[in-house]
Amino acid sequence: MQDYFNQLADKLMTHLTGQEFLTVSLTGERSDFVRLNNNKIRQAGNVSQVDVNVDLIEGKRHASATCDLSGNIQEDLSLLSDILKRLREQRALLPEDPYLNYATDVNNTSHMAPSSIPSTEEALEQIITAGTGLDLVGIWASGDMFRGFANSAGQRNWHSSTNFNFDFSVYHSSDKAIKLDYAGTQWGEEVLKSRMYTAREGLKVLERPAKTIKPGTYRAYLAPAAMRDIMDMMAWQGYGLKSHRTTQTPLIKMVKEGLTLHPAVTIKEDHIGGLAARFTTDGFLKPDQVTLIKAGAYQDCLVGARSAREYDQNVNAGSEHPNSLRLAAGNLLQSEILEQLHTGLYINNLWYCNFSDHNNCRITGMTRYACYWVENGKIESPINVMRFDESIYQMLGDNLIGLTKEREFLFDSSSYNQRSFASHFLPGALIEAFTLTL
Amino acid sequence: MIESIATRFAQVSPTVDFWSLRLVREVSENISVRQGILQPVHNSTSVGALITIMDGNRSGYAATSDLSISGLKTAVRRAQHLAQATQNNCVFSATELVKPTQSGNYTTPVETAWETLPLVEKINLLQDACSALKLSERIVDWQSYLGYQKAEVLFITSDGIRIEQTFHTIAPGLEAVANEGAKTQIRTGGGWGTARQGGLEQLNKLHFPQDAKRIAQQALDLLQAPSCPTGKMDVLLMPSQMMLQIHESIGHPLELDRILGDERNYAGTSFVSMDMFGNYQYGSDLLNVSFDPNLTEELASYAFDDDGTKAEKVSIIQNGLLQRPLGGASSQARAGLQGVANSRACGWNRAPIDRMANLNLEVGKHSLQDLIASIEHGILMDTNKSWSIDDSRNKFQFGCEFGQLIENGELKGLVSNPNYRGISATFWRNLAMVGDQTTFDILGTPYCGKGEPNQMIHVGHASPACVFHSVDVFGDS
Repeated sequence: MQDYFNQLADKLMTHLTGQEFLTVSLTGERSDFVRLNNNKIRQAGNVSQVDVNVDLIEGKRHASATCDLSGNIQEDLSLLSDILKRLREQRALLPEDPYLNYATDVNNTSHMAPSSIPSTEEALEQIITAGTGLDLVGIWASGDMFRGFANSAGQRNWHSSTNFNFDFSVYHSSDKAIKLDYAGTQWGEEVLKSRMYTAREGLKVLERPAKTIKPGTYRAYLAPAAMRDIMDMMAWQGYGLKSHRTTQTPLIKMVKEGLTLHPAVTIKEDHIGGLAARFTTDGFLKPDQVTLIKAGAYQDCLVGARSAREYDQNVNAGSEHPNSLRLAAGNLLQSEILEQLHTGLYINNLWYCNFSDHNNCRITGMTRYACYWVENGKIESPINVMRFDESIYQMLGDNLIGLTKEREFLFDSSSYNQRSFASHFLPGALIEAFTLTL
Repeated sequence: MIESIATRFAQVSPTVDFWSLRLVREVSENISVRQGILQPVHNSTSVGALITIMDGNRSGYAATSDLSISGLKTAVRRAQHLAQATQNNCVFSATELVKPTQSGNYTTPVETAWETLPLVEKINLLQDACSALKLSERIVDWQSYLGYQKAEVLFITSDGIRIEQTFHTIAPGLEAVANEGAKTQIRTGGGWGTARQGGLEQLNKLHFPQDAKRIAQQALDLLQAPSCPTGKMDVLLMPSQMMLQIHESIGHPLELDRILGDERNYAGTSFVSMDMFGNYQYGSDLLNVSFDPNLTEELASYAFDDDGTKAEKVSIIQNGLLQRPLGGASSQARAGLQGVANSRACGWNRAPIDRMANLNLEVGKHSLQDLIASIEHGILMDTNKSWSIDDSRNKFQFGCEFGQLIENGELKGLVSNPNYRGISATFWRNLAMVGDQTTFDILGTPYCGKGEPNQMIHVGHASPACVFHSVDVFGDS
């Protein structure tokens, strides 16, 4: 696919006229998707898709278009040639764009992650065998994912990965389940079996009668997967330069009033440690890291190309939303978390979070899957789902006891339009007071 | 264009018990103006095919943007291989699936076509709307946008069924962001967050661009407004919040694939079980909800769903009593229940699953004035801004952009950040009054997420304003 993309880009550049500049950004995948329900196949399919965005620039005027490609050079070149003609006509009607910003320094990169994954047919056989007797529900996604960039200055960038993401739950009954995933570029049947063992052990706890917790404030431990939901809420317009300059960040009180989080909270966009491409769709290369919050205080924003031009900053991100978010480790040992929690809530997963008070970064959401009531350092029982409503300034501020030393690397299993390259690297968090409301 | 692809497919169609080919061509144009600056005009064309194979008890699909003979052949082969993998391990046999039996066609009625307004005039319209939003220095960000999509769908099967549908969708919007210190208030209008089928005639019906000054002024006023009070009280939900209430606490829990467990790993399950249909009192006797694919302006109107089932208006909840689930032909066969034609895919690259499509609350008898006059102490809430509900779609908490106090049957001052929470299973039983046709609005969302692999699809919700008694209401921290 990389050769195809480079050839297509080279040929496309010959269609430019005058002082035109062209950027070409490609995304695509060849993925198998197999849904499972009750450890049986619900729906099995394959998606092979490639699309490209071209931005035809002359001076400060430009026009852009996105289209799907077939992978056949001649057909695609003919299609894109027609599109360039239409964009040329449209561009003439458009005013200058003061925030147009694209890379002009040439930085070529190529990244292809090595991989060893089974065929979907082999993986399914192993999964269904390992899941015998379990009410397993989820999705197997695997195959190639790729991103490419080219411009008429001669820059060429490529990023591809062949990987798998088996995102699944094992149900006990009703809404009580153990949620797990297994994702990566190197498959191991033994790892799959160990995940299933974890699920079977977890089900033993879910056999106990569920406890209904009354609304109120509780000591709580949020496991890394639950912390992902909290981090995602903070990231929803939280770190973008535009959202800061237009006062739409939910972290507005950190910026305007100097509110801080607990000193243990350091959050970075870890471009170098994540899975996403290191180049942007405008051809800029991302720095290794961007520190967003340092020791509890707000530090830097994520800056996309247009904001960089509008607010006179340097580009440090593709979009103004993190793709590879990392929360610094703390000092609490995972092996001692139950003891440290002593009595309270052990929350493995949260669900469907949203803001209940945006200006105060107060978040509401639900507990989901296997969450437990812990007494005297021991898991007593699963809990029925509860709604929480809590400000980040309490949760990760005054009421944060600490973060775990161990962190989990969490692959994003989302696949809206295409499979995601996003990831998180997060510890768990022990919180003195966590408010449940319903 | 898609006709020629169908002809091409005929050369590679497999010899199996049944196949279907769904070809989709979507063309869209999106224009926006932010702070008086035209943002990059975005043109998009997406064309692809989804091939479904059923052979014996096996089924599989493959979707591709490679529409050459070899691309289609590769897709057919991949679908067959994956179908092979399902043999003896599938949730249900392909032999149980109901095949489409009727051909037909559908096109969105359009009065004023998108193309009739030249690009430059559209930009001028957006510039004027954007300017109207800038009422004060305290308006710190402001924008207007206009989007259009034409989607052509051709569905053919090995049984000779042929369904052609063309949808035209318009999506305008306005946003004003007001700020003072660390307090920001955002108001949206003019169709923001929703869309309608049709042409440019829909702009006026969505109050675009005439909403601009109203929402900008309200954003400014909300900066000065006290927080929404806390306590149990009545709420008057306008259609722009009713659509979310219907969507989350009626639509999703009634989706049959959730009840059958398919979505338990992602979107969730449902507090509704199969034995409730026909006998469960979902709400008060004022609650009448229908699946209505015939309201032509609504986002998810169509003649056939993406499995080729003919779509008709059906009552889902009648006088508060739950009648039937929102499940397409496959789910109906699995559950042994009658459902609706709502097996839908968000594009050519996804297989159909149960989606709610147009789910509407039928009008009642009361004017807006009647509704307000009925409330001794309560809050009017308008325009959803926050939504959260558990994975069984029971415990919810929603928030709105705009709140206004109602005291002794009269509208009083604005309140900021109005939120309320409740439980689906009991909330609808507190439905106390339903507005008449003058309070009714046709809305929806293009952003309903569900499914594995994930699908973002458009759904329609039309509703009058409604009053609910004894709701838990609260505001800022």
